[in-house]
Amino acid sequence: MSSFLQHTFDGLVSGAFLALLALGLAVIFGMLRVVNFAHGAFYMLGAVGTYLLLTEFGVPFWWALLIVPVVLGALGMGVERAFVHRLARLDPLYNFLLTFGLTLVLQDLVKLRYGTQSSPYATPSALDATVDFGLFDFPAYRVFVLAFAVVACVAVWWLLGHTRVGMVVRAATEHPELSRALGIDVGRWVTPVFGFGIALAGVAGVLAAPMRAVNPLMGADLVIVVFAVVVIGGLGSIFGSVAAGFGIGLVQAWGESYLDRWPIVAQTSVFVIMAVVLLWRPAGLFGREEAPA
Amino acid sequence: MLRVEGLAAWYGEATVLRDVALTVAPGEVVTLVGRNGAGKSTLLRCLMGLHAGQRGTVTFDGRDLGPLPAHRRARLGLGWVPDDRGAYASLTVTENLTLPPAVGPDPWSLERVYESFPVLHERRDSAATQLSGGEQQMLALARVLRMGARLLLCDEPTEGLSPLLVARVGDIIRQVRDQGTAVLLVEQNLRFATGVADRHHLLAEGRVVETLRNEEVREREGELLTYLGI
Repeated sequence: MSSFLQHTFDGLVSGAFLALLALGLAVIFGMLRVVNFAHGAFYMLGAVGTYLLLTEFGVPFWWALLIVPVVLGALGMGVERAFVHRLARLDPLYNFLLTFGLTLVLQDLVKLRYGTQSSPYATPSALDATVDFGLFDFPAYRVFVLAFAVVACVAVWWLLGHTRVGMVVRAATEHPELSRALGIDVGRWVTPVFGFGIALAGVAGVLAAPMRAVNPLMGADLVIVVFAVVVIGGLGSIFGSVAAGFGIGLVQAWGESYLDRWPIVAQTSVFVIMAVVLLWRPAGLFGREEAPA
Repeated sequence: MLRVEGLAAWYGEATVLRDVALTVAPGEVVTLVGRNGAGKSTLLRCLMGLHAGQRGTVTFDGRDLGPLPAHRRARLGLGWVPDDRGAYASLTVTENLTLPPAVGPDPWSLERVYESFPVLHERRDSAATQLSGGEQQMLALARVLRMGARLLLCDEPTEGLSPLLVARVGDIIRQVRDQGTAVLLVEQNLRFATGVADRHHLLAEGRVVETLRNEEVREREGELLTYLGI
């Protein structure tokens, strides 16, 4: 029983990363109709940035948690203005290719400077302990990651649901053309929303630094799973991507623990689930079918 | 107030509007009548700045709308009531109403909207797409009134409504007309059209082929209905 709870907790923690990343992808896709392939690369930049802030400038984790998302958000806004924006009128495939190319460039830039070796990052001292849950112990840092991700997801959900900005983003996501015809300058919101989604990837990257191997390719594998998560939850559905993120985290953790004799099953389970969901509900679990234009 | 000259519009190779000219004055209700596919909805979309393939001159209060994007046109006082009613599923009824900025000199307050449309008040916290078709139509009209739009571009507001609701829409249009709001109305229901409008433009082959007064529409009702294929 206690090992089951342990695996469950592990699953929720890896689900927290998936949820944060999927949330950013969903917000960006909803507003821009851009599938941001570079999301994993920005996550990697978040982790590498956290590492560099400490090793090059002596900036500790807590400051990195503030600085890195802000800087990456600004970088994301720059990327949107400089590149994504110019392709917005073309087939969505162009922006997909653009962000794919951007991924390769960012990965190789980091590789060129720091190599492909993983760098260790010490757990912040305040969280370098274990929390006793009675039946099992759990590293305090992981508890923090889970709590932080949950708070962040709830905050984004509240922002979208209960503020004027959120209302405009929901409207522009659902009916971009109608929103413009009702006097909303949809274009003005596109850049900040893109930056915000990238900042969320940055948050996930910072949180990953003390837990996962920091290296240029750390986002490359993860982003594929995140895409599956977003598809399962429903493209553009905020709630769906968060719920699917945690759900897939659990499935992966259980699979790795109980199906360890069939690793292939555990590894492919996400994509099998995606295929089944697509056959059953093409718009994803919580997605709405797009109205024909 | 609104002046359209030499308006042409196309989708790819297919020309829909060739040379449309019309005017709408303040407090005037003008309809666009024509067969399905005659380009009535496209014309409204052109005026709203939503249709890319267009050429010609559109002025509103003497101002050339040509270079202005849709949201700037809305802010000048154009209120679009789309044929699909444009209810947002992810917004409540109240949010649907308060989403657009107030633009005109006399935007309706939310209280006034709810007083005129009690059913919207009852359903104010529901997702807008949970309303019935008729209620969604009320919502689309109420939304542009709350904006304070001075020219309403209404695309078949009575389509699919019960006679009772059609009468209600007629009341609202007459009411806003009497307050100086202009309405350009796409309408297939000739009885309804003659009940609210002053002039009727018959759109065919991409141009306004005839402009009729109410008496003429009534006299030629049979002929027009046959022509429209209703």
